[in-house]
Amino acid sequence: MTVSVRIPTILRTYTNGSAEVSGQGATLREVLQKLDADFPGIGARILDETGKIRRFVNVYVGEEDVRFADNLDTATPDGVQISIIPAVAGG
Amino acid sequence: MALTTAETSSALALDFGPAVALSCRECGARYDLGPSFACAECFGPLEIAYEFPKVTREQIAAGPTNIWRYRSLLPVPVDVTAKPNMAPGWTKLVKADNLARELGLRSLHVKDDSGNPTHSFKDRVVAIAVEAARNFGFHTLSCSSTGNLAGAVTAAAARAGLDACVFIPADLEQAKIVMASVYGGRLVGIDGTYDDVNRFCSELIGDELGDKWGFVNVNLRPYYAEGSKTLAYEIAEQLGWRIPDQIVIPVASGSQLTKIDKGFKELIALGLVEEKPYKIFAAQAEGCSPVSAAYKAGHDVIRPVRPDTIAKSLAIGNPADGPYVLDIARRTGGAVEDVTDSEIVEAIRLLARTEGIFAETAGGVTVGVLRKLAAEGRLDPDAETVVLNTGDGLKTLDAVADQARPTAVIRPSLDAFRTAFA
Repeated sequence: MTVSVRIPTILRTYTNGSAEVSGQGATLREVLQKLDADFPGIGARILDETGKIRRFVNVYVGEEDVRFADNLDTATPDGVQISIIPAVAGG
Repeated sequence: MALTTAETSSALALDFGPAVALSCRECGARYDLGPSFACAECFGPLEIAYEFPKVTREQIAAGPTNIWRYRSLLPVPVDVTAKPNMAPGWTKLVKADNLARELGLRSLHVKDDSGNPTHSFKDRVVAIAVEAARNFGFHTLSCSSTGNLAGAVTAAAARAGLDACVFIPADLEQAKIVMASVYGGRLVGIDGTYDDVNRFCSELIGDELGDKWGFVNVNLRPYYAEGSKTLAYEIAEQLGWRIPDQIVIPVASGSQLTKIDKGFKELIALGLVEEKPYKIFAAQAEGCSPVSAAYKAGHDVIRPVRPDTIAKSLAIGNPADGPYVLDIARRTGGAVEDVTDSEIVEAIRLLARTEGIFAETAGGVTVGVLRKLAAEGRLDPDAETVVLNTGDGLKTLDAVADQARPTAVIRPSLDAFRTAFA
């Protein structure tokens, strides 16, 4: 599955400034693994030491916050857009 | 090593008064003052770190009757009062003896922030954000809003001479839509919840479309949030430089509650009040109660919800500072509680009937939770208690419109009156 991943400003140092990169994988977990292989170190910014999504990171597959879906096991259909967004906004 | 914004800072010759750095609340990483809001190490929220000068009660009391009396405790330049701004704050702390009697409490005050220029507490936070926008050379002021903030931003931008472009869920109350648009600028309704609007703004900020924009509650959030400390300062000063024993605060994102706690702690650290224990109680609407649910379940993480409540100003399903609300309620011996929509309406009417204060739905939430906690014996009835009303009932008329109606409609004659009320 080929997907696009939107990268927040503070992680663009890993992607040479790119705001959007292409990714691969059938689930969010696989997409993030491939992302870390392409841009070493970026995975540890998104996931904590126990491998879970950091509590101040929101990840969306399409329009869906993955915490409403299956978290890292959320399916990532071909062509979907994944967004990684800092959670500390708003209020 | 954390990335810094040193280049930005030196190029702009920033003046943030006593503020010296941004500091991550999660991991402690420090950054130069800049328009950033999330830690590059862990995504945690960035907060303002200060080196406070010596501040006395007398210096504060000699200041203006608005939030700028506390300017030496805020991230603003010393000449902040000379610039056009909304000068919010110093709202009334109303001694609420009638409501206290009804609830069986000995001492109760309502901090009534409906008295701000755009009729909600949001004028406080926006005033600080405007100074940050000026410092960073931004030309447009923006935000994601549940309603009150949008009006506060467009009004403040108008006065400061900045452009405004604000984003709201399209289904907000009519009064909030009117208030957000009347001051000019662009008001954009988004088909979705507040959390969808917030997500949109977070993406816009990384795009060239949002270049040179100050999103008050995104890239200016560390500065903006500090404005809520002034609620703590004012309450303490208005009580005669004393922190209340118990306080009930509404929770949307949790930022306000977190900063009121920070404000109390600063007053203690600066020797402006005596150190004493205080309990912070957090109030949510049942239809959007992710923090209350986590509190009751004993969790320290928040599971987001899809909001469904009349308290639209508190309808944030994924609250950024929710984990800190849990920490503070537990640390201080308070609690997090929620009330139903019908309890919110009852509480709006109770506050209006007993104290002559017409609160918006968020005020119904705090007074409703106050009533619930008092009835269940979870508040100390002899302790000095403060409850916040953060907005004006005129903004949420629909919530009570079907219950607040004329007692009778009669012909203009004494007979008709006698007949109607005999």
